[in-house]
Amino acid sequence: MIDQSPWERIFTHGVLILGCLIVAFPVYVTFVASTHSIEDIIQVPMPLLPGGHLIDNYWTALTSGADSAGNAPVGVMMLNSLIMAVTIAVGKISVSILAAFAIVYFKFPFRMFFFWMIFVTLMLPVEVRIIPTYAVISDLGMLDSYAGLTLPLIASATATFLFRQFFMTVPEELFHAARIDGAGPIRFLCSIIIPMSRTNIAALFVILFIYGWNQYLWPLLITTREDMYTILIGINRMLNVGDDQADWHIIMATSILAMIPPVIVVVSMQKLFIKGMTETEK
Amino acid sequence: MQQRAVFSGKLLPLLLLLPQIAVTLVFFFWPASQAIMQSVLQEDPFGLSSKLIWFDNFIEVFGNPDYLNSLWVTVLFSGSVSLLSLSIGLFLALQADRIVHGAVVYNTMLVWPYAISAAVAGVLWLFLFNPTIGIVAFALARLGYDWNHLLNSGEAMTLVIAAATWNRVPYNFLFFLAGLQSIPKSLVEASAIDGAGRFSRFWKIVFPLLMPTTFFLVVVNVVYAFFETFGVIHQITEGGPARATEILVYKVFYDGVIGLDLGGSAAQSVVLMTIVIALTVIQFRYIESKVNY
Repeated sequence: MIDQSPWERIFTHGVLILGCLIVAFPVYVTFVASTHSIEDIIQVPMPLLPGGHLIDNYWTALTSGADSAGNAPVGVMMLNSLIMAVTIAVGKISVSILAAFAIVYFKFPFRMFFFWMIFVTLMLPVEVRIIPTYAVISDLGMLDSYAGLTLPLIASATATFLFRQFFMTVPEELFHAARIDGAGPIRFLCSIIIPMSRTNIAALFVILFIYGWNQYLWPLLITTREDMYTILIGINRMLNVGDDQADWHIIMATSILAMIPPVIVVVSMQKLFIKGMTETEK
Repeated sequence: MQQRAVFSGKLLPLLLLLPQIAVTLVFFFWPASQAIMQSVLQEDPFGLSSKLIWFDNFIEVFGNPDYLNSLWVTVLFSGSVSLLSLSIGLFLALQADRIVHGAVVYNTMLVWPYAISAAVAGVLWLFLFNPTIGIVAFALARLGYDWNHLLNSGEAMTLVIAAATWNRVPYNFLFFLAGLQSIPKSLVEASAIDGAGRFSRFWKIVFPLLMPTTFFLVVVNVVYAFFETFGVIHQITEGGPARATEILVYKVFYDGVIGLDLGGSAAQSVVLMTIVIALTVIQFRYIESKVNY
């Protein structure tokens, strides 16, 4: 360990504390605003300590939303976001385990063709092909449906790539042992490969859940009915009130509600999250 | 790709692949080919027939001053966001790497905002800088600066860059810290014994060893700034004032969804795809060359 002078140590801690404060400040102000009435917020400057409307504001947001945005309840939107995030995570993981298993453990005609067909999608985010994908979803009659919200986001090879890399590191002896014991491919997949991939699956689930929950452009396009809005779309609708005063107390409460699930996931599963980040993205 | 021992059977692997191939075909190749088709075709006003116009849409796109403006805005915006969030992330990671006690607390505090979506980050910063009620706008007014990003394009750009950078720093911090922690401490200590100061230790030992991480992060950050910042732009400025913050992905969205110019929007999508594919190729080339030496 290289010795540090006390001044260096103070500098290091000072920088980190400042960093944490800057990172936390916007969230703190949002939280404070979500505990005040609209009258308190629009008087300048707004208070910087929490007020007494916490339960009021959150209850109103969850059950009846903002007046200015047609009183669509945020509770329903959170449920939509949850369904979307979980479907994307579970869907992508299941689809890609099967595909990666087929590519690594089988030899079949056009194997390389399929391999490239899947992997060419690796880095093309849905944002790039947004309008044509919208046209496809609309042709298939999937606007305002969970299928339309999730399927196009499942069509990407990141998870397949990760599982392929992982399967290639599984010792070949296991494969031979399983064969000698008479296990077929499905038995091998269920009894050996999937249990061995447990931590990878969990780490990927964390990453994909956050990815799905935080989708914005796609739901913005294909949800038109209030009962299909995700929470992020709901916030945007509350902000777009033209010249009227936006219901900032409700918007701020909704913003906090939109942060809670992914933040809980990151903080409570920090180890898995970091593993997922550093391994899936590279 | 090396071939290992495999199961026999031709039908089962195809069945296992089917779900992935199906979603990829329907939601990737179909729309992507539609985009390419639309970009070289022109539909008549009734949508009954279309004729091949080759690259007219592209020539029109690149001849359009609004598009060139958007291209410049994107370069400025993505460049600033990547540079700032990378430098701040690296700087914080260097400090955190030195901490002996309490590192977990700092790490958690700096990493959790990764979970905040760009769209929510946009709302938070919009609220802070709201010209009438924002607390930071108020503080600036006290200092004699009249903040209004709805009218001033430089302020609008500053605000979206700040919000996107704030949103991105945790990600870069996380990767740089992981990169730093994988550098053997003995290397750094040996150079310290040889009398290298703090700065030469960083530039001559640590930074070169961080190059793979840095390179990876540069590509990923540029892709982030190109696409995932849509939420920041859409919530805070909607591309305004006077197109000052209209990045390419926002323009694709605006022209296609609100302007209903499908040919032009498709041509823009194809240009965007080309950019991303180029970035991907650069990254893979680099990773391959790294493996070889």
